[in-house]
Amino acid sequence: MESFRKNQRVFWTLASPGSFWLLFFFLVPLGIVWMLSFGEKAVIDGKISITETEITWTLANYVRALADPVYLVIIWKSVWISALATILCLVIAYPVAFVISFASRRWQPWLLLAVILPFWINLLIRTYALIAVFRTRGYVNFTLEWIYDALWLDRLFGPFEPLELLYNDFAVVAGLVYVFMPFMVLPLYASIERLDRSMLEASLDLGASQMATFLRVTVPLTMPGIVSGLILVFIPCLGSFLTADLLGGTNATMIGNVIERQFKAANDWPFGSALSFLLMYVTFGILALRALLTRDAETRA
Amino acid sequence: MRGLRRRVDPLDYAGRVWMRTFFGMVFILLYAPVVLMMAFSFNDSKRNIVWRGFTTKYYEKAWNNDGLIEAFINSLTIAAINTVVATTLGAMVALLLWRFRFPFKSAYEGFMALPIVIPEICMGVAMLAFFSRIGWPTGMPWPLNLSAIIVAHVAFSFPFVAIVVRARMAGFNRELEEASRDLGATEWQTFRHVIFPYMRPGLVAGALLAFTLSLDDFVITFFTSGPETVTFPVKVYSMVRFSVTPEVNAASTVLVVITLIVAALMLRVQRPDHAGAQ
Repeated sequence: MESFRKNQRVFWTLASPGSFWLLFFFLVPLGIVWMLSFGEKAVIDGKISITETEITWTLANYVRALADPVYLVIIWKSVWISALATILCLVIAYPVAFVISFASRRWQPWLLLAVILPFWINLLIRTYALIAVFRTRGYVNFTLEWIYDALWLDRLFGPFEPLELLYNDFAVVAGLVYVFMPFMVLPLYASIERLDRSMLEASLDLGASQMATFLRVTVPLTMPGIVSGLILVFIPCLGSFLTADLLGGTNATMIGNVIERQFKAANDWPFGSALSFLLMYVTFGILALRALLTRDAETRA
Repeated sequence: MRGLRRRVDPLDYAGRVWMRTFFGMVFILLYAPVVLMMAFSFNDSKRNIVWRGFTTKYYEKAWNNDGLIEAFINSLTIAAINTVVATTLGAMVALLLWRFRFPFKSAYEGFMALPIVIPEICMGVAMLAFFSRIGWPTGMPWPLNLSAIIVAHVAFSFPFVAIVVRARMAGFNRELEEASRDLGATEWQTFRHVIFPYMRPGLVAGALLAFTLSLDDFVITFFTSGPETVTFPVKVYSMVRFSVTPEVNAASTVLVVITLIVAALMLRVQRPDHAGAQ
């Protein structure tokens, strides 16, 4: 690697376009939202304007987001829905990553591809596909009805009552797990694959059961992958908007939906801006925490 | 009885029946919704989920839906322009980070990764606020009216390209570059004849990634598109809000097939024997 001083012309040619683009079309927009979050709707001729915003450096929007019970409930709900989805992803993805890591060399890339290929398919289409699965006359209810009738339960208890699977918290959690699973499998696979197998052999040879080996050797050794996976899934879950919008209906709203509403239907940009910056601060907080933890682990190692 | 009594290797986790069953179930659950959606786009029935015979009439309907076709053309145009711009910017940033040492380099790398880590919805509303605040011209003739969406797409996709290209350049033997310079080649000649041929698979992979990222994006486009500039995912979204129809299934199937083709191309490019790692 050479110093940038040695060849300044090339350095600046390479550096300028990308930096300018990110500065003007990313950092400036974020700056505008940051300023809007300290604003309030402008008062023109004694009336509250719908479109104009005045930057008054008020903290009212943040106070409203963190003190109004309506929004506190939604923030809390977003956190637990995301946490539940993340944990479920871990529980499902761990065995999957395990099978892939311990499969033969020839099969590994194909199995990995099979799990991450859905990630390439449009998020909207995958979410939409779930509607057909969960709706009242969807595949799940159809299958259940078929089993119900096959067992002659309809003659005992009357006709099958389809389950309400859509437009509730269950649908949102299921949707998030379905959509973000590949994000969990990849880091888990990376750390299980690197696992020193002789450690497992040693543990088993020394008389530990498979369960004890798993809990006391495998899990601690693959902890970096677990933490990465949890973060990679939790962050997009918390900021998700589409899943709750299409599968959650009016009953299951998340922060993303509130932000969208402020910028579209409710037209309260300052409040929406404050909410999106709160979401970003949480995201950065989680990332910083992880950076600290990795540095800690590295200095100890 | 050999099959039943065979001693299981304690470390052969992938060989255990229950692990394999679990993997198979997850695999089926991952694919079933999308496969069913694609299959039922050929079903000759509007509402039922019972198979009523094969038809392509919903593809015809989608084809004759002007709004849908217009949105589709918009999406492809945006994706194509985005691919060119994002690949160029991404490759330049990748070369910069690969070649030079400079002050605050890790901070600069963090800055480049920002569009990847921040929640999509935050970036979407930021773009909405930005374009309305600075008064980005609207109502321009096609394709200039797509410029706001393209600008936003480039902003979130070129950092991905930079990562892919930089990963490719990590395997480059720097001595080749030095040799080229020692032999009197100019900066441009060295780039054109030494660096570029090596970088090409990374560029193609990055370009394909930029193309799919743009084609697939819904959240950020949703905030930057206006009534005149509807993209395919935004159009599908507004159709989905009304009902689940076979027409949407047909349109989505087309998009899934395009995505899978691009993904397959990308795998081909990134395969070691095709990557030109001489």
